[in-house]
Amino acid sequence: MSSVQETSGLAAESYLTEHTVGSWLLTTDHKRIAILYLVSIVFFFAIAAVAAAMMRVSLLWPDGRLVLPETYNKLFTIHGVLMVWFFLIPSIPAVLGNFVIPMMIGARDVAFPKLNLLSWYLFMLGGAFVVYSVIVGGVDTGWTFYTPYSTTFANPNVITMVAGVFVAGFGSILTGLNFIVTIHKMRAPGMTWFRLPLFIWSLYSTSLILVLATPVLAITLLAISVERIWGLGIFDPNLGGDPVLFQHMFWFYSHPAVYIMILPGMGVVSELITCFSRKKIFGYYFIAFSSVAIAVVGFLVWGHHMFVSSQSMYAGMVFSILSFIVAVPSAIKVFNWTATLYKGSITFETPMLYALAFIGLFTIGGLTGLFLAAMAVDVQLHDTYFVIAHFHYIMVGGMVTGFMGGLHYWWPKISGRMYPELLGRIAAVVTFVGFNLTFFPLFVLGYLGQPRRYHSYPPEFHIFHVLSTAGASILGIGYLMPLIYLVWSARYGERAPANPWGATGLEWRTPSPPPRDNFEETPLVTDDPYDYSAIEAELIDQTGLR
Amino acid sequence: MPEVHPGTAHQFETAEQQRDADIIGMWTFLATEVMFFGGLIMCYTFARFTYPQAFQAASHRLYVIYGGPNTAILLCSSFTMALAVRAAQMGQRKSLVTCLALTVLFGLAFLTVKGFEYHTDFVEHLVPRWDFKWQGAEARHAELFFWLYFTLTGLHAVHVTIGIVVLATLAIMAWRGRLSSDLPIEISGLYWHFVDIVWVFLFPLLYLVGHR
Repeated sequence: MSSVQETSGLAAESYLTEHTVGSWLLTTDHKRIAILYLVSIVFFFAIAAVAAAMMRVSLLWPDGRLVLPETYNKLFTIHGVLMVWFFLIPSIPAVLGNFVIPMMIGARDVAFPKLNLLSWYLFMLGGAFVVYSVIVGGVDTGWTFYTPYSTTFANPNVITMVAGVFVAGFGSILTGLNFIVTIHKMRAPGMTWFRLPLFIWSLYSTSLILVLATPVLAITLLAISVERIWGLGIFDPNLGGDPVLFQHMFWFYSHPAVYIMILPGMGVVSELITCFSRKKIFGYYFIAFSSVAIAVVGFLVWGHHMFVSSQSMYAGMVFSILSFIVAVPSAIKVFNWTATLYKGSITFETPMLYALAFIGLFTIGGLTGLFLAAMAVDVQLHDTYFVIAHFHYIMVGGMVTGFMGGLHYWWPKISGRMYPELLGRIAAVVTFVGFNLTFFPLFVLGYLGQPRRYHSYPPEFHIFHVLSTAGASILGIGYLMPLIYLVWSARYGERAPANPWGATGLEWRTPSPPPRDNFEETPLVTDDPYDYSAIEAELIDQTGLR
Repeated sequence: MPEVHPGTAHQFETAEQQRDADIIGMWTFLATEVMFFGGLIMCYTFARFTYPQAFQAASHRLYVIYGGPNTAILLCSSFTMALAVRAAQMGQRKSLVTCLALTVLFGLAFLTVKGFEYHTDFVEHLVPRWDFKWQGAEARHAELFFWLYFTLTGLHAVHVTIGIVVLATLAIMAWRGRLSSDLPIEISGLYWHFVDIVWVFLFPLLYLVGHR
């Protein structure tokens, strides 16, 4: 029918051909490492999701009947630590990024394949430490490990938990380093910087953050461990140290880390929106540079987490203004995606449903972030459910939705099989409904003054918690469905052609699943990205139809 | 499949591409290291500004007689490292092995002097928490200074040790003629110079500032 299907058919030998355990655990193939990451993060996601489910069930009663208050504290710590460092941060970069970056730029692999495998082992070692800390009794500090609680009062499992995050952090750093070098040096002939897909631009910016922010977390966690073991340290007020210094250092990492948890999602959405609108992306340069701008300005806004922690009012004003400024590049992206949709030939395949959900949910999450960036409003809303709702709209509504969209979009390339489209669409809608029902009531609760991390609450908040728990059950089904049908489709799905979506981009010019070296021969790039009007014109020429 | 160049990994098209990638990789790693040490140096700066008198008094208890020569030793090691890189580029195996061995020796000399210095600190009861005795005001703030001193110099010593192990391995490989390229020398040279530069910052910050 069309030129896009002529290249279909199965490669005799694909990267999936070999089946031994050793061929997986000792692989240096970026595609296999991506799958190792995929399986691992699903595992950590499951633990963290169970923790969340237990919290939500417990919150069905105003006096929290399912678990004891101490257990509740441990649950939100497990949920936070695993979701942030062991699911969200590696989700799009280490899974989808690892899989598609080399293919998108026309390379055989990342620049340092062995280092890539080492990253995964560091990640798993870190994960083992964290799971160990959970098994031996858990930690109740929250994912933020605030001092002096974490260094003086909390139970000693803090050390192993912190060690886990520390080790996994080096995995992140090496992944970021690998991506930066790969994007600089491994591009195929003709693949200039401004012919790069926008996904690459977003992951390049993400990698900059990984490389420059994670070491600050590492040194902070090291200082916590030393303080915990040695009994004194720089955050210890007894010595004249300062616990607020910890907050500065922690957020110097953790605020940029928030962008590690959204920029890759934006990159995926930039790919999806243009593909399923059959239209060249609107404002390529703006989207590309807004990624870099977010990465750079994102380093300068950490103080907005500390408006109520003895930070001076003038510092607060500066951080507040910078936080408003960092919203500008995000808004630029949203406007450009919307402009891309305008007069496009939109179809609603599963990835597109996720992409559209991303735009709406991210916009809500982003705008409520501006409420929190305003100092006077933050005094009221600080540490309430409003904050919880805000960042879940970004991280779940944004990043997880982007991840699901990207996973469905590239699934035919990854597995060589199509997923069941109808089930995919149903799951996307179920997730969207479940997500909003879970988290929208939390905005109201936060506005009414419910503080975060509390095991019990006044009875008048009951109805909102019931709504949220109901939503969480629906959301759970929404996540369980893809888990089941994607695994099913990997074996029984319809065989995928090389380019099932008629998409531009080098990754679609090679068989599904790709051969070990990605391409039969190194591709030569001659056109700008996202030239969908050319593809459409070609289709009309060949078929005489539209 | 493109033709395979000896010594070039399969993901690269040319040896030159591999060379560029390795060098950019090391620079990126050094950027990470700058942020790693930077975080701790920021802590030090904060504490020093908050307790200037205590930190000045504590700084006086460090021995420039150890720190000064150690700085000279590391600078010499950077010089021999630079010569090693040059020798590797020119393909002069003998002088490469000599220069690498000298660099390793300078590194070991640094650690030895550092060890004596730590011993002196220990004898003078300057180890925070374990054995800290302080005559004079603001004893606890002085203890904080020594906490920072041990953490900063300790982390630096770990980096020096890693550098010594890497360079010694390369020296042995070069001696046995197992090095097919000068690239590993250049890459580890970058790392070694970085470790030196960290000390060049630590020495004045810890030993010299406020000295009359």
